[in-house]
Amino acid sequence: MRVYIIKRLIEAVGVCLVISMISFFLLFLNTDPALLLLPPEAEVSDIALFKKQMGLDRPVVVQYVDFLGKAVLKGDFGDSFVAKVPAMRLIRERFPATLKLAVAAFIFINLVAIPVGIIAAIRRYSLMDNLSTFSALVGQAMPLYWFGIMLIIIFGVWLKWLPISGSDSLAHLILPAITLGSWIIPVNMRLVRSGMLDVLTQDYIRTARAKGLVENKVLYKHAFKNAAIPLVTVMGMQFGLLLGGAVVTETVFAWPGLGRLAVESIRMGDYPVVQAIVVIFAMCVVLGNLAADILAALIDPRIRLD
Amino acid sequence: MKWIPEMAQIKRNGKQKLNMGETEERKLLRLILRKMWHLRLGVLGGFVLFILVVTALFTPFLAPGDPYKQDIAKRLLPPSWMEKGDSRHLLGTDHLGRDLLTRIMYGSRISLTVGLSAVFVEVALGVLLGLLAGFHGGKTDSVISFIVNVKMAFPFILLAMSLVAVLGPSLENIIIALGLTGWPVFARVTRIETMKLREREFVLAAKSLAFSTTRILVRHILPNLIPSILVLATVEVARAIIRESLLSFLGLGIQPPTPSWGTMLAEGRDYMLLQWWLATFPGMAIFLAALGINLWGDALRDLTDPHLRKS
Repeated sequence: MRVYIIKRLIEAVGVCLVISMISFFLLFLNTDPALLLLPPEAEVSDIALFKKQMGLDRPVVVQYVDFLGKAVLKGDFGDSFVAKVPAMRLIRERFPATLKLAVAAFIFINLVAIPVGIIAAIRRYSLMDNLSTFSALVGQAMPLYWFGIMLIIIFGVWLKWLPISGSDSLAHLILPAITLGSWIIPVNMRLVRSGMLDVLTQDYIRTARAKGLVENKVLYKHAFKNAAIPLVTVMGMQFGLLLGGAVVTETVFAWPGLGRLAVESIRMGDYPVVQAIVVIFAMCVVLGNLAADILAALIDPRIRLD
Repeated sequence: MKWIPEMAQIKRNGKQKLNMGETEERKLLRLILRKMWHLRLGVLGGFVLFILVVTALFTPFLAPGDPYKQDIAKRLLPPSWMEKGDSRHLLGTDHLGRDLLTRIMYGSRISLTVGLSAVFVEVALGVLLGLLAGFHGGKTDSVISFIVNVKMAFPFILLAMSLVAVLGPSLENIIIALGLTGWPVFARVTRIETMKLREREFVLAAKSLAFSTTRILVRHILPNLIPSILVLATVEVARAIIRESLLSFLGLGIQPPTPSWGTMLAEGRDYMLLQWWLATFPGMAIFLAALGINLWGDALRDLTDPHLRKS
């Protein structure tokens, strides 16, 4: 088990390293930071002097190593070109909003996906099962941002039940969380359903029923616990999907989180912030995947043996 | 009087047989109905896809107007069935007085072009890497799997946006950005299928005849992968259409005034408080196109691979 974790950890560090490299070189391909930071009327000699002072005249590889060293040791990704403050400070300010949204979406996903998935499995081909199949089809084809806009139009503009943008109260959280969660619900619902269907035909369920156990206990204590294993491992991997979805959801609902900051920074060419967000998002995804892998290995000994 | 219980027994057996027959018939009927229902969805998907392709191909002849023609006097007209609607503008007009239906119809051209071209790039890249990883295994597989892992950890939207920001927002660059971000799914499927196939007798026979790796991959393994790649590609076209519209919505895709569904939706968002149709109809076009393609892809999968049939 220890070897497995160490192997996966080394791979995770490698993935983060390559992503930091890609995001650094994307900045290099795109623009000259000197031109972005200096006023347009700057002379060529001023630009050369500025580059020397900032170390921008050094070889790219040396600059990358410098960037990586500062990022890893001090968490310093440089200053934002636009806000003129450290990129990490902006990220620290925005991160709680994204976390709040992700947690709310996560709760919403489980509140819907688990009960519906179980009912769909117990009552195969019932109305609920057909509805879950239908919602999976619809969810796959529905653009997330359009779904968000439709929710705003229906519940915010027409019915006036919920606020349409901002992040001041709990009511502000409802529509963004539903939008973000709606992306993942169909997947998890189908996962719970198929997991339950697999488990319900097992001998130990028949035994549990034969010994006269109450049906609810059979379903939740014996069946669901085992059916939930793939769900738990997939949840870790869905962390990346949630973050990607947050970029879109935050833009639609003017939610002041990291996703919106990413879109604004890419649009304005604020690359230190983009680099920092990309690396942090990638780290979150890698850690999520790693946690899922380790959890899977802990729960299911067959994976460890592989 | 003996005959009565015997007759009753016979009658009972007969009834039982009849009952069994009925239940089996009913089961069969249910199975057929379910299959038909499933195929019907596929047929429906095919129909939507057909309309999409016909609209994209013949838009100049089918569209009621010019997608760029502005008429400020007629700006923000509601759909024709609503009060103040104009029968010449079925879905209403946008903030510059352009006909919404015409622009949606022209938008189908962009969506389909980007969807098909991006998936072509994805297939080319993903299948090549998947074949190499699956066939050679060992270090080649480790390196390619690592690249796939790196790509999977890079949130699609950030990578695609960064790429478009670097390359510039043009149709070709959007296709490249989507192609470069969407290939891992093809690499994964191809890799696993190739791993299974490389142990099969016909591949071993080809190896023993000292055929070159390229020949084995292209002539012997690839033809066996085509059905699964084709099914996956169909579903990926839908995904690419949604992703293109998302990039355009975020301002990094097709630039105005070109009629793209995502750009139209982004423009419509500014008017959603009063003119709901501006954001609703372009989004509905994306949704219907993606739904149609997915239904068609699902049916195609059921037809080509019996192992993947839904439970």
